[in-house]
Amino acid sequence: MDAKTSRSLLYLDGVSVSFDGFKALNSLSFVVEPGELRAIIGPNGAGKTTMMDIITGKTRPDSGQVFFNGDIDLTKKDEAEIAQLGIGRKFQKPTVFESHTVWDNIELALNRKRGVFATLFYRLTAEDKARIEEILETVRMTARKDDLAANLSHGQKQWLEIGMLLAQEPKLLLVDEPVAGMTDAETAETAILLKEIAKTRSVVVVEHDMGFIRDLGVKVTCLAEGSVLAEGSIDFVSNDPKVIENYLGR
Amino acid sequence: MITQMLFSRHEKKVLWAVALILLAAALVPLANLLIPEGNFFHVPGHLVPLLGKYLCYALLALALDLVWGYCGILSLGHGAFFALGGYAMGMYLMRQIGDRGVYANPLLPDFMVFLNWNELPWYWYGFNHFAFAALMVLLVPGLLAFVFGWFAFRSRVTGVYLSIITQAMTYALLLAFFRNEMGFGGNNGLTDFKDILGFNVQAGGTRATLFAATAIALALALILSSAIVRSKYGKVLVGVRDAESRTRFLGYRVENMKLFIFTVSAMMAGIAGALYVPQVGIINPGEFAPANSIEVVIWTAVGGRGTLIGPIIGAVLVNFGKSIFTAAFPEFWLFALGALFVATTLFLPKGVVGTVQQFLASRKEQRRADAVERAYQDKAAAEAESRLASLEPQAAE
Repeated sequence: MDAKTSRSLLYLDGVSVSFDGFKALNSLSFVVEPGELRAIIGPNGAGKTTMMDIITGKTRPDSGQVFFNGDIDLTKKDEAEIAQLGIGRKFQKPTVFESHTVWDNIELALNRKRGVFATLFYRLTAEDKARIEEILETVRMTARKDDLAANLSHGQKQWLEIGMLLAQEPKLLLVDEPVAGMTDAETAETAILLKEIAKTRSVVVVEHDMGFIRDLGVKVTCLAEGSVLAEGSIDFVSNDPKVIENYLGR
Repeated sequence: MITQMLFSRHEKKVLWAVALILLAAALVPLANLLIPEGNFFHVPGHLVPLLGKYLCYALLALALDLVWGYCGILSLGHGAFFALGGYAMGMYLMRQIGDRGVYANPLLPDFMVFLNWNELPWYWYGFNHFAFAALMVLLVPGLLAFVFGWFAFRSRVTGVYLSIITQAMTYALLLAFFRNEMGFGGNNGLTDFKDILGFNVQAGGTRATLFAATAIALALALILSSAIVRSKYGKVLVGVRDAESRTRFLGYRVENMKLFIFTVSAMMAGIAGALYVPQVGIINPGEFAPANSIEVVIWTAVGGRGTLIGPIIGAVLVNFGKSIFTAAFPEFWLFALGALFVATTLFLPKGVVGTVQQFLASRKEQRRADAVERAYQDKAAAEAESRLASLEPQAAE
């Protein structure tokens, strides 16, 4: 392992995967540094979600290396292990526990022992209570803590899910299209929230909304046909002729 | 820690239900044994095992609800765990017959003598002891559920595929237990029981005691289930039911979560079967029939899955209906059962208890909304008044 892998938080090298002959990822290489906020753009079918599936253990790569935190080989671990290592994932469609209250949703996500017996005999401590209240405050859900998650609006569910990811205390947060279906005001708030979160951990955001990416003001990676097309500031990437042809121009 | 978990957090409803069941445990035997026949409050002797049977079914439905209602695992093979518990108890009761059988063999049950067997198969050893049999009532269904669940949940078999293999499991056991060579009495099963713990199974006192034992077992199972579903583990189960992948990406081992509740549930079903057998006096391979397991699903759905009291009410109601219906129009019972299931699915998807709960919750919500609205109007009125008051001096000027 060279110096580059051990310094970075997430390191993908030459990752390929195909489904029924379709190459979803084609020798993708990608590095995220500790504390970095990174945006990923790209046309439909570019492999953005597949990349997240590989990092979180949902899909196994056909070839290539995936290392987390230096030397942890993610290709040998399953979803639960990877989540416990400190990688949180937000789905494209907000996925919360609809028949639980907002409070219970956060409580379940809290980074505590996750075994059958640990949960069976779990009691809410003052420390955990304070932590849940803090997270509810961060994602602006305190007033709704006793409501069922099913009764939240689309945008509120997105925030609740982000709150759950915070409760998980991940080192790396993967966020798939967080502002899809949000109002402009909610989108702007979400950008502030993500920047806030990125102060203490690395965040990778997949998004189609160019305005939102501009709001974030971070390094951008453009994927197309399963590999990296361009990488750099938003202005650099959006002026790249290949990016214009493959993504923006269409 | 365990006692704290068992006794600290129960809903009032559950405590009421436990109290009612325990009351029945005391009153039914008393009304049967102490109140003279002919009195209005006398419970006739033939009714006691029938009521006991309903409670066994209620316990089975509660067990199914833990996996189906709370964890989303639709088991169509829970009858298998029930029947295995029943067979374990049946084997104990067979050994208690001793030399009072038709062939008067002190060691071998009648069916083995009939098959010209000379010695007791090894897996019948120990069943002459009640404690051993009681242990097997828990272990055999529990072990089968554990092994079955280990493979099924690890390979992530879910939804309708899981339902189908549970159905196949109970069907395979049905075929196996039908075979005489299995050593469980084949087609006829185990019957002609004489004693349980030295008491005649036919005697009124024994039957009343068995009823009380069933009611107490149901009450204990209800407390245990309530403790489980109210714990954080119970919340994780509901999470698995509603959003399995979210649970997994939060770092929970979904397969272990499912395996635990599936095994606990199978053990509860085993206890139900063990209590059922001495009260009905027979256990045969018919108990493994897939249709039986499907009936359990119907009771649970009718009562209300995902509630603790629902399956108990559902099992008792449907079986009470069955007793009446099969006496009046025996040919039509299955049609009635099918119609009931269709009607429940269409009109009461949450079952009887779920629908009542929903109605009460919506009324409470309505009252809360009304209160908020009233408070808002009061506030607006007060503001308007104060504004008016502040305007008046100006108007006077």
